[in-house]
Amino acid sequence: MTALWLLDLCLVAVILAVALSAVAARDLFAATVFFVAYGLLIALAWVRLDAVDVALAEAAIGAGLTGVLLLGVTARVHMEARTPGPGRGMRLAIGAGCAAVSVALAAAVLSLPVPAPSLVPAVEAAIPATGLGNPVTAVLLAFRGYDTLLETLVLLLALLGVWSLAPDRLWGGRPGLRHRARPEGTLAWLGRLLPPIGLLVGVYVFWIGSDQPGGAFQAGTILAAVWLLAIMAGLSDAPPVRSLALRLVLVAGPVVFLGIGTAGLFVAGAFLGYPPAAAKTLIVTVEAALTLSIAATLALLVAGAPERAP
Amino acid sequence: MPPVAAPEAGFPWIVLAILLPLAGMVAALPLGRHARALALLLIPAGLVVALLLAAQVWREGEVTYALGGWTPPLGIALRADGFSAVMVVTTAVVLLGVALFAQSSFRAPPGEETRAALLFWALLLGLWGALNAAFLGNDLFNLYVALELLTLAAVPMASLEARAETLAAALRYLFFALAGSVLYLLGAVLLYGAYGTLDITLLAERAGPEPVTWAAAALMTAGLLAKTALFPLHLWLPPAHAGAPAAASAVLSALVVKASFFLVLRLWFDALPGVMTAAAGQLLAALGAGAILFGSVLALHQVRMKLLVAYSTVAQLGYLFLMVPLAGGGGAAQPWDAGAWSGGVLHAVSHAFAKAAMFLAAGLFLRAAGHDRIAELRGMGAALPMVTLAFGLAGLSLLGLPPSGGFIAKWLLLTTAMASGQWWWALVMFAGGLLAAGYVFRALTPLLARTETPVLPGRPVPRHQQWAVLGLALCSVALGVAPLMPFALLQVGRPEAAEEGIG
Repeated sequence: MTALWLLDLCLVAVILAVALSAVAARDLFAATVFFVAYGLLIALAWVRLDAVDVALAEAAIGAGLTGVLLLGVTARVHMEARTPGPGRGMRLAIGAGCAAVSVALAAAVLSLPVPAPSLVPAVEAAIPATGLGNPVTAVLLAFRGYDTLLETLVLLLALLGVWSLAPDRLWGGRPGLRHRARPEGTLAWLGRLLPPIGLLVGVYVFWIGSDQPGGAFQAGTILAAVWLLAIMAGLSDAPPVRSLALRLVLVAGPVVFLGIGTAGLFVAGAFLGYPPAAAKTLIVTVEAALTLSIAATLALLVAGAPERAP
Repeated sequence: MPPVAAPEAGFPWIVLAILLPLAGMVAALPLGRHARALALLLIPAGLVVALLLAAQVWREGEVTYALGGWTPPLGIALRADGFSAVMVVTTAVVLLGVALFAQSSFRAPPGEETRAALLFWALLLGLWGALNAAFLGNDLFNLYVALELLTLAAVPMASLEARAETLAAALRYLFFALAGSVLYLLGAVLLYGAYGTLDITLLAERAGPEPVTWAAAALMTAGLLAKTALFPLHLWLPPAHAGAPAAASAVLSALVVKASFFLVLRLWFDALPGVMTAAAGQLLAALGAGAILFGSVLALHQVRMKLLVAYSTVAQLGYLFLMVPLAGGGGAAQPWDAGAWSGGVLHAVSHAFAKAAMFLAAGLFLRAAGHDRIAELRGMGAALPMVTLAFGLAGLSLLGLPPSGGFIAKWLLLTTAMASGQWWWALVMFAGGLLAAGYVFRALTPLLARTETPVLPGRPVPRHQQWAVLGLALCSVALGVAPLMPFALLQVGRPEAAEEGIG
């Protein structure tokens, strides 16, 4: 017991130290590295709080994907072109403002009722109707499926936003530059070795999600990483954004979700409702399509705007 | 307040109002060059759905819908009261005008797909769905997702022309909007931690005036104000709205900033009605007053017409927040609440039409003259009489002159300010009206100036675009002629005490 308590104490201290380092770092690259470390440590904290689903999502998306995106940005932003920051007085004012908000937030969090009002009994009462074993998946795909539906559309819009940065003449072309790796080099070797393993892990995380921690977002991130690795190793190329097949993969998840949701209007009496007998099958179908679309969307978000003529 | 209706009660127009545009956005991507045709098909259909939803609210009162059959607090409910129905209809009408205007400007050559055309129509559909999701959501986290959807559709719209300065403006817009999202989300998390629900109706029963609620309300309000661009958080708005293509500016200025304003009212009046103090209401109105005076003065100083129209948005948004203390935000219900509520909402609606018309008109002057420097647009009124008329009519509504929606709105706000003894807000409104007269006439004077030789448009301006602009301007005027119908609809779902008095 004491050992775990000490572990938690260390974890909190390291999280604070790494967070401060990320904010204080003068160099963009160092700040990004600290940010990724911070994400991984936060994921550990979630594990300690018994929220393994959140931990997986934080590690995959908060640390992994966001870290890759930020590294991509640091590679493109030239520090010497940076405009001078705010003056000393302004910085002090900003710091004081942030401190005031933090103190107010801390006071508000500490004043929250203990034990917290909980929806756990409501979830436990309703979960049999979904046929699922993982309450987090039941919340994401059934009870609050509407949120998840809108979030997949948020991802799609984010990708359109990235694509909107392409010059008009390159519209429809492939994102990023063609990656090449020495055929006998480490990258090419990893590019051949890791994808089959990653594929297996990704499919497993998706499949286990209905009963254990896991699900479409985490699996989609793993599969996106597999695809990106193959692209970076020069084994495959990013598809052109005009490709119809690519666009169909991107919208497959939302389309299946919308379709099954609309069918719910007729067979379950409500939009996004599932008839209890078929609930699990339908939810796994939605998750499968979502995994595919999320993987493609995330990979293309990293790949960036079209940079090569179609 | 009626109990949550079973999903099978009545046709779910409320679901269709959100589903139709979002399904359209998803379909636009694989459809590619046919996205424009799809949008032009869906927008009139969406107007019909919006009207049917409004009719349903009018006949049956508040419409609620438990998604998936899961009732709150476990599930998410949609809710349409009079205010949301009015906003959904306004959105559909403005989009119809904008789509009519944009159908020729965002049209790819036959058989080809262009970046701007595909993205404009896909983003427009996404933005429309996000607006309806915000107007019809009744769950604080779901509304956060709707706001994210709205931000990510609106920001690329602002930089559709992809010039360096529009990219910088869009990036600044994104930073403000994301900071607003984070603050809003923090507040929603605090409320969930304290009361175990995100449902607005349930929160109204559970939330009490205590520190955690005040902290949450302060965070969420600050976040929403950043997205609404209320003074002093307006810095991002003028360059972003003025740098966008005319059709996008119209949507951003007329509708997008209203969604976060709508959510401020939802939070203050529906979710936390007993929590707000009178001082907080006065503070919000004081920021509104600052916006009116500051925005109007800056609008007066603009050299370019699109920037003038954008600063006028900063000013006109201020009026919306004057309604908070007047409509009883932070106090017991008063007989004048209904008048102030109607005045504020009517202002939001008439400004939506007027501002859409003004931005589209400014876009046509820019197209015809090749620039939008106000002083050099001399004589353009004779070349584009219909567009100038539309600009003038929209200006009428901004000034608050009869007959226009703006007149009724400002009249209602003014009389409630006097009735409630808060005469200082009336002074601000008078000053704002005079300043608005200044900037509207400053823009109109060169247009109407007589020139020695008749001015010819450098590039022809299509008739259908002129009709779209005039149609929107006429909508804003027509609201002043027939304000009574929306008035009764607006009271659906309002607290009963506030319905008794008539302003």
